[in-house]
Amino acid sequence: MDSDKKKKMNRRTFLKGAASTAIAASAAVTVGCEGKGLLGSSEAFALEFQEYFKKYYRVMTPVERQETVTRLEKLARIKQDITVNIDTTNPGKNVLYGYAFNVTRCEGYMECIQACVKENNLDRKSNTQYIQIFEMEPGQMTPDQGDSKFFHMVPQDGHFYMGVQCFHCENPPCVRACPTKATWKEDDGIVVVDYDWCIGCRYCMAACPYMGRRFNWNQPEVPKDEITKNQHYLGNRKRVKGMMEKCTFCIQRTRKGKLTACAEACPTGARVFGNLLDPDSEIRFVLENKKVYRLKEDLGTEPKFWYFID
Amino acid sequence: MKKNTASKGIFSFIKDCLLWNLSGPISYQIYLCILVCLMMAGIYGYVVQFKLGLSATNMSNIVSWGFYISNFTFLVGVAAAAVMLILPSYIFKDKDLYKVAIIGEGVAVGALVMCMTFVFVDLGRPLQFWHLTPVIGQLNFPSSLLSWDIIVLNGYLALNALVPAYILYCHYKGKEPVGKFYKPFIVLSIGWAVAIHMVTAFLYQGLPARPFWNNPLMGPRFLASAFAAGPAIISLVLHVVNSTTDFKIENKIFNKLRIIIVSAAVINLLMLFSEIFKEFYFPTHHSQSATYLFFGLQGHDSLVPWIWTAISINFIGTMILAFNPFRERQIILFPALILLIVGIWIEKGIGLIVPGLIPSPMGEVTSYAPSNVELLITLGILGLGMFVVTMLLKPALIIEKEYEDSHKH
Repeated sequence: MDSDKKKKMNRRTFLKGAASTAIAASAAVTVGCEGKGLLGSSEAFALEFQEYFKKYYRVMTPVERQETVTRLEKLARIKQDITVNIDTTNPGKNVLYGYAFNVTRCEGYMECIQACVKENNLDRKSNTQYIQIFEMEPGQMTPDQGDSKFFHMVPQDGHFYMGVQCFHCENPPCVRACPTKATWKEDDGIVVVDYDWCIGCRYCMAACPYMGRRFNWNQPEVPKDEITKNQHYLGNRKRVKGMMEKCTFCIQRTRKGKLTACAEACPTGARVFGNLLDPDSEIRFVLENKKVYRLKEDLGTEPKFWYFID
Repeated sequence: MKKNTASKGIFSFIKDCLLWNLSGPISYQIYLCILVCLMMAGIYGYVVQFKLGLSATNMSNIVSWGFYISNFTFLVGVAAAAVMLILPSYIFKDKDLYKVAIIGEGVAVGALVMCMTFVFVDLGRPLQFWHLTPVIGQLNFPSSLLSWDIIVLNGYLALNALVPAYILYCHYKGKEPVGKFYKPFIVLSIGWAVAIHMVTAFLYQGLPARPFWNNPLMGPRFLASAFAAGPAIISLVLHVVNSTTDFKIENKIFNKLRIIIVSAAVINLLMLFSEIFKEFYFPTHHSQSATYLFFGLQGHDSLVPWIWTAISINFIGTMILAFNPFRERQIILFPALILLIVGIWIEKGIGLIVPGLIPSPMGEVTSYAPSNVELLITLGILGLGMFVVTMLLKPALIIEKEYEDSHKH
C-alpha cells in the first residue's frame, strides 16, 4: 500500500515535471527559431524526410526532379535563410566538353583556385580545392614530380606550373567503381556525382588515377554571404558531410553557355575550355595546332584534359 | 536435459539456445560483461564519429581508406578459412575435422559480422545504406567490384549461418540431418569461400590507379595468407573450447590444423618473397609504395617498423609450426600461432591498404595512424565478433555433445 502510494506520487510528480519541461522546451524552440515557430522546423523535418526517400537522380521523371529541386530550395530558405536557384538543365545536343592547359603560360597565381572555391561553394573549413597547382622544375613532365605545397612569390625563376583537376575521362575508372551508380558520365562528357545518392564508401577515390575527387570528411561550411546562389543539382548545390564531390566543369555555368570559373579567372590565358564537337572552338584549334599531351595515357582512361606547350 | 523429443520444436530450440548462452559460471558471466563493455565503447566511438563525420578518423583525401578497411580485408580471410575445415570434413569425410567443422563455421560467421560492421562504420553516409539494395536502390552490378563483394559476403554469411543451423536443429531434435537438404549448400559454400576472398582481392587488384595493388598475385596471396591465419585463429578458439568446456578436442585435430597452417604459410612467404623481388630488383616509379612501406619515403616511415616486425614474426611463427620442436606439447605452439596471426594481420591489413594509397596519384606522401575514435570503434567491433562467436558456439557445442552421447549408447 505504502509503496503503491509512493509510486503514484512519483508518477504524478514525474508527469508534472515532464509537462513543464515540454512547455519550456517548445517555448525554447519557438523562440530559437526566430519567429518561424514550431511550424517552420516541422516543415523542414517533413522536407528532409521526403528528401531521404527520394529516388536516384537518373531515374527521376522531370516532375520528380522539379519536386526535389523545390524541396531543396525551400530547405535553403528555411534552414539557411537564403534564396537559391537550383536548375537541372540537361546536356545539350552535339556538346562534348574538353579542356586544355597551357603549361608555358601558367605562372602559378592560383586565381583559378580562388574562383573555383567561390563558384562551387567549396568547404572553407577544411579548405577543399578541386584544383591543384604544381610547381615544376625543368625536365619534369608530370605533376607527381612537382610540388603542390609551395608558398612563396610566383612565378619563380627556373620553374613552370601545371594545374590538375578532374580530367573528365572518357573511360572513367571512378564510374566503374561506384557501387550505387551515384557517379556517372553525362552525354556532354562531364563526370558528375548525385550527392544525395552517394553513400560515402570512397571506392571512386581509390580508383581515380588523378586525385580528381574530394570527400567531405567534416560538415562543409560556407559563409552565408559567400554562397553562390545559381546552382545546379549535379553541381555546386549544398553538400553535407560524408558525400563525395568533384570538379563538374562548373556544370551550372557551362550548360548555360558560360566558361568555367577557372578558365574565366585565369589572368594569363593558360586555360582553354570549350566544345570538342564544335570545329570553330578554341579548344579544337589548340588540339589541331599545338603539341598536346595527356597524363597517364598508359592507363587508357582517355582524359578530356590536354596539356600543351607554346 | 532428458526431454521428450516430440515436444522439441523451433521455439524450444531458440529458448534453449538463449538459456544456454546466458547461463554459465561466474567467469563466463564476467567474460560476457567484458564483451558488452567493449561493444559499448565501440558504440560511444561511433556516436562521436557519426556527429563529427569521418573527420573523427585520421583518414584524409590521400589516405582515404584506413584502419577499418585494413581490418575488413584481414577478416574476410578469416571467414574464408572455414573452408579448410569444411572441405576435408564434408567432402573427404575426415571424421576428426568433421567434429570441429561447426566451430570453424561459427568463427566464419563472427568474422563476417565483423567484416560487414567494418564496412558499415567506414561509410560516410551510413543512413543511405539502403541505396545498395537491389530493386529499391541501385546496385552497380556487375561493373563495380564492391557490389560483387556485397553479394558474395552476404551469400557466404547466409550459407555459413543456415547450414550449421539446420544441422544443429536436427541434432537438437535427436535426428540425423537429411543430406539432400544441406549437402548441395556445403559444396556451394566451398567455392563461395574462395570467391569471397578472390573478389575482395579484385576490389584492390582491379585499380590501375594504384600500382601497389594492381598485381595479379594479390588474389592467390590473399588466399594463402587467409588459409594460414584463419585456421590459426580457429586453433586458438579450439584451445579455448578444449580448456573451458567439456567438449574435448584431441591432439590429432590440432596436428591436422597445424599442417594446413604450415602449408599455407609457406606458400604465403614464397609469394611475399616474389613480390619483394619484383619491387626491389629493378625499382621503377611503381615501386614507390613498396619503398614507402619497407624503407620510408621523404621522411615518412611510420609503417617501416611494423612491416619488418610483421615479416619477422611471420617467418618465426611459420618455422616453429613447421619444425614443431615440442611434439607432444601443443601448448608450446600457441605463441607461434599468435605470432603468425599478428604478422599476417599487420602485413595484410594496414601494411597492404595504407601503402596502396601512398604516394597519392599526384605524388604526395603523408603518414597515417588510426585515431582514438578508430581504435575505439575497432575494439567495439572485435568485442561484437567475439560475442557472436560465443553466442553461436556455446549452444552448438552443448547440442553436439548431447547428440554424440545419445548416439553412443
